[in-house]
Amino acid sequence: MLSNLLVQLINGIALGSTYALIALGYTMVYGIILLINFAHGEIFMAGAFVGLMLVTVFKVHIIFAFLGAMLFCMIMGVIIEKIAYKPLRRSTRLAALISAIGVSIFLSNLANLVFGAKPTTFPPTEEILFKIQTYELIAGAQITNLQILTIVTSAVLMVCLQYFIKKSRIGKAMRATSQDYDTAALMGVNVNRIISYTFAIGSSLAAAGGVLVGIYFGVVKYNMGFMVGLKAFTAAVLGGIGSIPGAMFGGLLLGIGEMLAVALGLSSYRDAIAFGILILVLLIKPTGLFGTQIQKKV
Amino acid sequence: MLVVENVDVNYGAIRALVDVSLEVHEGEIVALIGANGAGKSTTLRSISGLVKPNKGRILFEGSELQKCPPHKVVEMGISQVPEGRRVFPLMTVLENLEMGAFTRKDRANIKDDIDKVFAKFPRLEERKKQPAGTLSGGEQQMLAIGRALMSKPKIMLMDEPSMGLAPMLVQEIFNIVKEINQSGTTILLVEQNARMALAVANRGYVLETGQVVISGAAADLAKNEAVQKAYLGV
Ligand SMILES: Nc1ncnc2c1ncn2[C@@H]1O[C@H](COP(=O)(O)OP(=O)(O)OP(=O)(O)O)[C@@H](O)[C@H]1O
Ligand SMILES: [Mg+2]
Repeated sequence: MLSNLLVQLINGIALGSTYALIALGYTMVYGIILLINFAHGEIFMAGAFVGLMLVTVFKVHIIFAFLGAMLFCMIMGVIIEKIAYKPLRRSTRLAALISAIGVSIFLSNLANLVFGAKPTTFPPTEEILFKIQTYELIAGAQITNLQILTIVTSAVLMVCLQYFIKKSRIGKAMRATSQDYDTAALMGVNVNRIISYTFAIGSSLAAAGGVLVGIYFGVVKYNMGFMVGLKAFTAAVLGGIGSIPGAMFGGLLLGIGEMLAVALGLSSYRDAIAFGILILVLLIKPTGLFGTQIQKKV
Repeated sequence: MLVVENVDVNYGAIRALVDVSLEVHEGEIVALIGANGAGKSTTLRSISGLVKPNKGRILFEGSELQKCPPHKVVEMGISQVPEGRRVFPLMTVLENLEMGAFTRKDRANIKDDIDKVFAKFPRLEERKKQPAGTLSGGEQQMLAIGRALMSKPKIMLMDEPSMGLAPMLVQEIFNIVKEINQSGTTILLVEQNARMALAVANRGYVLETGQVVISGAAADLAKNEAVQKAYLGV
């Protein structure tokens, strides 16, 4: 029992770290333009497909496929913002939200058209990475090298992001813009450019998550963005939407919660449990665990 | 130096400014006074590029501002201390000051200028690592002024810097306004505290429901009967 729990805990951390990567995009975009970017899950899906194509069709090394997917989605995210959200910046928030849902439906249908409705398999890990090995930890717990890779890659990306946001000039401008949009403009910040940076970073992290999930589960599918997108969004709300540490923490917590449900024999209810957590958080603490109440004038 | 020419600003159906014209010459302190909702903040926001005039021109040193985005306006040498201070609450005092210097190319000198702001406002230095949201109202106002100074503006637009402060602090803020002006920065000062504003200003404009109704030398305005009745409580 204990060993099963520990195994699922580690699975949960691996899964949760990918949720966290994706949740960051939701939270960063929301923090700046108060939009729930419903198309973000599809960017994650696109990242997975681009990574897969680069490995299988273009025979690129997995590291370059990973970076290529991030670059592709970075550009894709910026273009989506320019086409679908920027023209609606002065409209109601609902209009932008509907536009985001539209982009989401468009992208998953486009992927369906291009790649078909059947799941596409990722090449086996031993061909693109390494042979899966399992290491024994204490008390019967186990971790695979693939899990280590997933967790470490996510952690490195998140540490880089945190450093960028805290220390760099652009990072500071992003924080200023998310705290007070007009006043950031009064400081000389080109807020349109900051919005583009935000989409670029959030989308490339989603792509990273996409490739990691693709390798981890071995399959990618046109509609994979929907459920993972919802989960990552839940993670962002759980941590407090708009809060970057909140998204990281929320992702991990959700991943662990889901896998512990599996450990307790409730595996067919894992999605219900994830969304049950969302409803509970919204009821008890709508600002989330790390949420702050700052007055916003946009 | 700064010329606002026949500017109209509408917010939807609301006409916030109607044919407003005013001028600020280099080296001056110009006061813009008026009741709540008269359009004072809207005037400053249109100069800074946060709202676009429906009509009219805004000229700064001869170039047109009314189509410039806000960040370009800052680069030209216009900074604003916005109404209600608007410090970045979750950023530290130091980071707020750094944001003020965002447009500057001479990054090496920024540190020195932060020290100059600290010399002017020692309370800020003691709190430099603290999130700005935890400062008192007076400290936040000083931070907002220090932050606006960090861009080395030619002209500073100040929107009700004395709002909500205790009488002693109000006096201090007006002294600081004078000091900043004496060290070479032109100032357009929006105030509800008309008495104090006219005491430090060279000239003044009175705004009523979006229109300039009286203008002239500050000393004359302070003696004007209509102004005294409406704004000085005489
Ligand atoms: N964003 C906005 N949308 C709609 N109407 C607005 C907006 N901002 C200001 N107004 C209206 O424009 C008019 C002028 O407002 P403004 O804020 O410029 O006044 P003010 O002179 O600065 O007042 P106060 O002394 O209270 O700050 C008011 O009638 C106000 O209600
Ligand atoms: Mg005002």
